[in-house]
Amino acid sequence: MIRLERRPEPSRAWTAATPILAVALTMLAGGALFAALGKDPVAAIRTIFWDPLFNEQFAAYSRPQLLVKAGPLILIAIGLSLGFRAGVWNIGAEGQYIIGAICGAGVALALYPAESALIFPAMVLAGALGGFLWAMIPAILKTRFNTNEILVSLLLVYVAEQLLASMALGAMRNPEGGGFPGSRNLQQYPSAHNPELLANTGMHWGVVAAFLAVIGAYVLLNRHITGFHIRLAGEAPKAARFAGVRPNALVVFCFGVSGALAGLAGLFEVSGPSGQISIDFNVGYGFTAIIVAFLGRLHPLGILLAGLLMALTYIGGELAQFMLGLPAAAIQAFQGMLLFFLLAVDVLTNYRVRLGRGEVAR
Amino acid sequence: MSDVLLSIEGLTKAYPGVLANDAVSFDIRKGEIHALLGENGAGKSTLVKMIYGLVRPDAGRMTLDGRPYAPASPHEARAAGVAMVFQHFSLFEALSVAENVALGMENPPPMRALAHRIREVSETYGLPLDPARVVGDLSAGERQRVEIIRCLLQEPRLLIMDEPTSVLTPQEVEILFATLRRLAGEGTSILYISHKLEEIRALCDRATILRLGRVVGRADPQALSARELAEMMVGQELMTPSRPPAPRGEVVLDVAALSLASPSPFGTSLKSVTMQVHAGEILGIGGVAGNGQDELLAALSGEMLAPADAIRLCGIEVGQLGPTARRRLGLLAAPEERLGHAAAPDMTLTENALMTGAVRQRLLNRGFVRWGAAREFACRIIERFDVRTPGPEHAARSLSGGNLQKFVIGREILQRPLALVVNQPTWGVDAAAAAAIRQALMDLAAEGAAVVVISQDLDELMEISDRFAALNEGRLSAPRPTAELTVDEIGLMMGGAHDMEVAHVAG
Amino acid sequence: MNLSGISPEVLIAALMVASTPILLAAIGELVVEKAGVLNLGVEGMMIFGAICGFAVAVETGSPALGFLGAAAGAAALSMLFGVLTQFLLSNQVATGLALTLFGLGLSALVGQGYVGVTPPAMAKLDLGPLGDIPFFGRVLFGHDAMVYLSLALVAAVWMFLNRSRAGLILRAVGESHDAAHALGYRVVAIRLGAIAFGGACAGLGGAYLSLIRVPQWTEGMTAGAGWIALAIVVFASWRPWRVLLGAYLFGGVTVLQLNLQAAGLAVPVEYLSMSPYVVTILVLVVMSSGRGRAALNAPASLGRVFHATT
Repeated sequence: MIRLERRPEPSRAWTAATPILAVALTMLAGGALFAALGKDPVAAIRTIFWDPLFNEQFAAYSRPQLLVKAGPLILIAIGLSLGFRAGVWNIGAEGQYIIGAICGAGVALALYPAESALIFPAMVLAGALGGFLWAMIPAILKTRFNTNEILVSLLLVYVAEQLLASMALGAMRNPEGGGFPGSRNLQQYPSAHNPELLANTGMHWGVVAAFLAVIGAYVLLNRHITGFHIRLAGEAPKAARFAGVRPNALVVFCFGVSGALAGLAGLFEVSGPSGQISIDFNVGYGFTAIIVAFLGRLHPLGILLAGLLMALTYIGGELAQFMLGLPAAAIQAFQGMLLFFLLAVDVLTNYRVRLGRGEVAR
Repeated sequence: MSDVLLSIEGLTKAYPGVLANDAVSFDIRKGEIHALLGENGAGKSTLVKMIYGLVRPDAGRMTLDGRPYAPASPHEARAAGVAMVFQHFSLFEALSVAENVALGMENPPPMRALAHRIREVSETYGLPLDPARVVGDLSAGERQRVEIIRCLLQEPRLLIMDEPTSVLTPQEVEILFATLRRLAGEGTSILYISHKLEEIRALCDRATILRLGRVVGRADPQALSARELAEMMVGQELMTPSRPPAPRGEVVLDVAALSLASPSPFGTSLKSVTMQVHAGEILGIGGVAGNGQDELLAALSGEMLAPADAIRLCGIEVGQLGPTARRRLGLLAAPEERLGHAAAPDMTLTENALMTGAVRQRLLNRGFVRWGAAREFACRIIERFDVRTPGPEHAARSLSGGNLQKFVIGREILQRPLALVVNQPTWGVDAAAAAAIRQALMDLAAEGAAVVVISQDLDELMEISDRFAALNEGRLSAPRPTAELTVDEIGLMMGGAHDMEVAHVAG
Repeated sequence: MNLSGISPEVLIAALMVASTPILLAAIGELVVEKAGVLNLGVEGMMIFGAICGFAVAVETGSPALGFLGAAAGAAALSMLFGVLTQFLLSNQVATGLALTLFGLGLSALVGQGYVGVTPPAMAKLDLGPLGDIPFFGRVLFGHDAMVYLSLALVAAVWMFLNRSRAGLILRAVGESHDAAHALGYRVVAIRLGAIAFGGACAGLGGAYLSLIRVPQWTEGMTAGAGWIALAIVVFASWRPWRVLLGAYLFGGVTVLQLNLQAAGLAVPVEYLSMSPYVVTILVLVVMSSGRGRAALNAPASLGRVFHATT
């Protein structure tokens, strides 16, 4: 009989070790999954985790992609992690990402073809504002009417996807696009373009924003009273109220920040790597960022590393698809598995596992 | 045939770092009321959980009526004729009385028949109860009645009662004792767990005393004084808190006709609560659990907002201010629930010190935390109040109840409040820590603060408060000087056995 | 625009079909939540049920076996959630999200070979002369067995929760796991049972989509149905018959907007397509703003981690 015994206090060693253990277990289980699909598990794991960075043939293309993919993931995950720490569950980042992109692109498309150094900053503001306002819907419904924020934020993703489709097919369709869906390509509109800042690094303004967000979140959580209140509210809501935290203000703050960051991620994507508003503009960053946030243990530095790792699985997954014929869905399942293992081994942080006779009637 | 019902021999149970029970042996005779006496942490609950089948012993054995008895679950215990009235955790607030009773029985009859039998038994024993009512709407005394009737319906041979009087008024205690004596007269054995010595002297035939998991004494409680019993229980001479008489100062905390609806569905609303607390005095507020204590604390701490003029601190209206603003002005509080309300369990003591000390201790600099200063504040609390912990970087939940309580109360006292409100300051705390906390509260008053102590422990309130008032269904009685009150008067202020009469009329 | 093509009897009959997947998933989740567990993985279990049911039905040629396979597959998947939350004491919100993300990926993986395949058709129940009654025959008696099964399930769950001892124990566990534990009830076992039931129901709901309503397999085909099922449990304030009402209301909105699309209403299709989600949000707001009564009915231990200490 195995039983769990609560530790007198959380183990710091395991707090750091569990993500690594989870990644190792996922590689094992993922390998088994790939083997079951008839692929060589060792080759598959190597293709996903090693080749994108170190294989001479692919690295030149893959390495810059790492930052391109990691940027939005980190940016969104940092915002989500604040809420998750406070027990405020924004799981609709995908929708805020879409709305941010629509608003940012909307500014550019409205001003086309004017050229001005102010256009891009205006787009950034519009993107952040769009995500912020979209996130305010669940936040205000929560604070005003006590409506479940998990369900509302998630349902709004589907609404945002429909809005995106309507934009790509209607209001924002490229008038010179020959009737095809999708907006003008912002990469060809210099004032609105979010370019690669350093050649062959993948670094663009979104990545810069992600790094700034990591630093900002670190300072907020560890040095500022607001960050302390966020942590307090998550660990002991009643104690937080006793300490003087206003729960409603916290809900608005967490949704606002995460919505704005997700909106920014969408804006930087639409004005950079993606280039245009199209029906399939969103690729699930808003959901994968949930995994990134947990894998990073809701800690800013952890999220930075987790975002890079998760970006690697995207790139490696594409590579494995191309090289080994591994289905795209396998990578999605692989990422989900990672979150499962992480949550499973998390128990070690707070509990000690004992072997022996169970004494508690369950 | 021997007259022993349950015989316990060498029961031992170890938890990591603690030997909860160490070779405990004693007998319970048929038809006797046997007291199990001990401080918090002496191992009483572990022992009764083993008898009730919730915990399995590491070693030792039990015999019930001459036959080996080793229940693997409460179901087996109940089937063998053992029933238990819990101190906490065994009623379901959203369910009806009848449903609650059914859940505690092995083979309950259909609901309609069960309701009938509940009425029958409740009338037989003079414990009126309506089977259709939702438990969440019942008073603490009525809830206990649900538990007792649940046990009685199974006609137990052994009835275990875990700290049953902590939720009753003195009058209700008398009624409970009459019921228990009657049961014992009918041949039921009763294992009565308590740390209230006068009750045990009044009720019990024999007593077994536990300290740190061991049996340290067996006694005839009626032959010993309460003080002798206490010293057997604690193992040392007890220090009685004291303070020099001090003149009463100006009114510091002034609450006028404060009425507030409770935010929780089964909570108690405050109804026109009025009190004035002077500098240098301790106002004791008694009352049975669930009569508005939590709500009163929340209203005073600022967790619940009130009309601005309903609460004044030194003449300033604070009713509309939140906890932080009230702290800034000098109104501090310490709620009952240590883990999760007064302190965050998984956070360090430094972080917990910051939690309420941020403003008055100047632990912030433009919103940024001065961690060094916070740590220093935590260290001062630990040192001044003798909190046993390796250091301020340890999590609150790693502390024992008594030590954490000393930390929580100390955190507020060290901030030099003008007025301090505490709820159940020594609940579940060992005797030494309780004495230290009471002394600290008296010292604070002697230094000129206005102190409000909300407690369900009447002995505590008699010991430390200058004036006494009682909360009853959200109403506060007019405070009276403690010295001139008798137990009967206190009981009446707490509502006497009022709900019995109400129930009689309703039934 | 031409609204004359919309006949009420076809509309109502279609409404019942459109509601059934959500009804099945919601009634299962209701039992889970009554036991005090919040499983946000309904979407993941539904879509996994959709592909399991589809695959089994295609391979065996039997839709009935397909539904069985869907229930078994989704129940097995729900046990991942069960083990994590009940034994490894993980956060239920995070674990439920993980279940959804994993279920979406896994189903896409399993479903690779089934895109574009047509499943075996499920026969409508022939209820003889009942089906020939004007209006009511079409509306009430012209459906497949699963529609009736879902209605029977609602009744059965109501009976179970309110009239049986096992149901009382399940509610007690959801109300206060500590008290239930102190009385000797096996909290973890009861909750695992509820989670498996919830998984099986979600699986049936998913299979109803892929085998009857669509009927085809496409990735992500549940399109938020699992989340709407979760919302309907809240809307119903944890009462079985109101789950039925909620599901049919949602089904009504869906069918209506589809009909309006077909009728060529002068509103962009996308705005009609988003209407079921918007309506669900609005209904949630209305329900939760009536503070007090609805909240009172929520199981008190919902979402809390249970660990038997001493």
